[in-house]
Amino acid sequence: MAAADPIHQFQITKLIDFGQVNLPLIGRTDLAFTNSHLAMTIAFLAIVGFLTLVTSNMKVVPGRTQAVGEQLFSMIDDLSDGIIGHEGRKLFPFVFTLFSFILAMNILGLLLTFTVTSQLAITATFAVLTIGLVLIIGFARNGFGFFKLFVPSGVPWYAIWLVVPIEFVSFLLRPFTLALRLFGNMLGGHVALKVFAGFVVALLGLTATGGLGWLGAPGAVLPLAMVVALTALECLVAFLQAFVFAVLTCIYLNDVVNLGHGH
Amino acid sequence: MDVMAAKQIGAGLATLGMIGAGIGVGNIFGNFLNGALRNPSAAAGQIGNLFVGAALAEALGILAFVLGILLKYG
Repeated sequence: MAAADPIHQFQITKLIDFGQVNLPLIGRTDLAFTNSHLAMTIAFLAIVGFLTLVTSNMKVVPGRTQAVGEQLFSMIDDLSDGIIGHEGRKLFPFVFTLFSFILAMNILGLLLTFTVTSQLAITATFAVLTIGLVLIIGFARNGFGFFKLFVPSGVPWYAIWLVVPIEFVSFLLRPFTLALRLFGNMLGGHVALKVFAGFVVALLGLTATGGLGWLGAPGAVLPLAMVVALTALECLVAFLQAFVFAVLTCIYLNDVVNLGHGH
Repeated sequence: MDVMAAKQIGAGLATLGMIGAGIGVGNIFGNFLNGALRNPSAAAGQIGNLFVGAALAEALGILAFVLGILLKYG
């Protein structure tokens, strides 16, 4: 079963090696153009190409391609407007960039041999970016009033000592769950796909060497059907996880943008 | 007990975290259908909340999965 190792697909390989470089804070490190870079570059070019295509021939009454682009745009616009409110317009570029980049990487991960979002380093970067923006906006807008975030309104005075630590810990856990949710979903989905694909190969291999008799080849149809069904599910998950990341980004930003007065 | 064997058993036990995630996600979708069939006109507006709730519940199952992977390959 060595060929069917489900973890092998997450290996990062160097495509073009630039040797070692000295970085100021990190020290000596490898510099290379990896398959992860390649997949991200393809995702980036796909988004830029797609959005250029849908906006190239703009009309007041949208055609088919323009309608697709407008649908995607207005979905995130409704999201940021609905959750954050009036101020959402300013934060829309950030949310839309994150959403479209993650969506492109998720969907291309199903087609290419490498899924960028199944690397914890990548999803953790997105999470740190989001929480960093939340902290910056929180302190810039509210100053030290930012800490009111941990004291929800309407909590009776005798429950404060219990609620504040819980709120604080849940705030600290946000970047972890944000990164792990995307990472775990993509990793888990692709591992499951490869495990079932491995069953097909193993059953056909057994048949070729004379094991299982006539049962092997028809039996291999079952895991193959499972792979097809799982691929359909993964298409849904790829979109859903990008959408959930965008929704949670909006919710976390809303917490600090409209701190203390709802909306 | 051998450390490798203990790791394999631990990774297997980590899959039990899926029980909680299954209950949580099932609860969310079941209750959504329950509400949506009573008041279908209000259902469309709650799709976003539905998926956020499902994602939050699912994240805990994912944590168990990540722990299992860490134990098995870490």
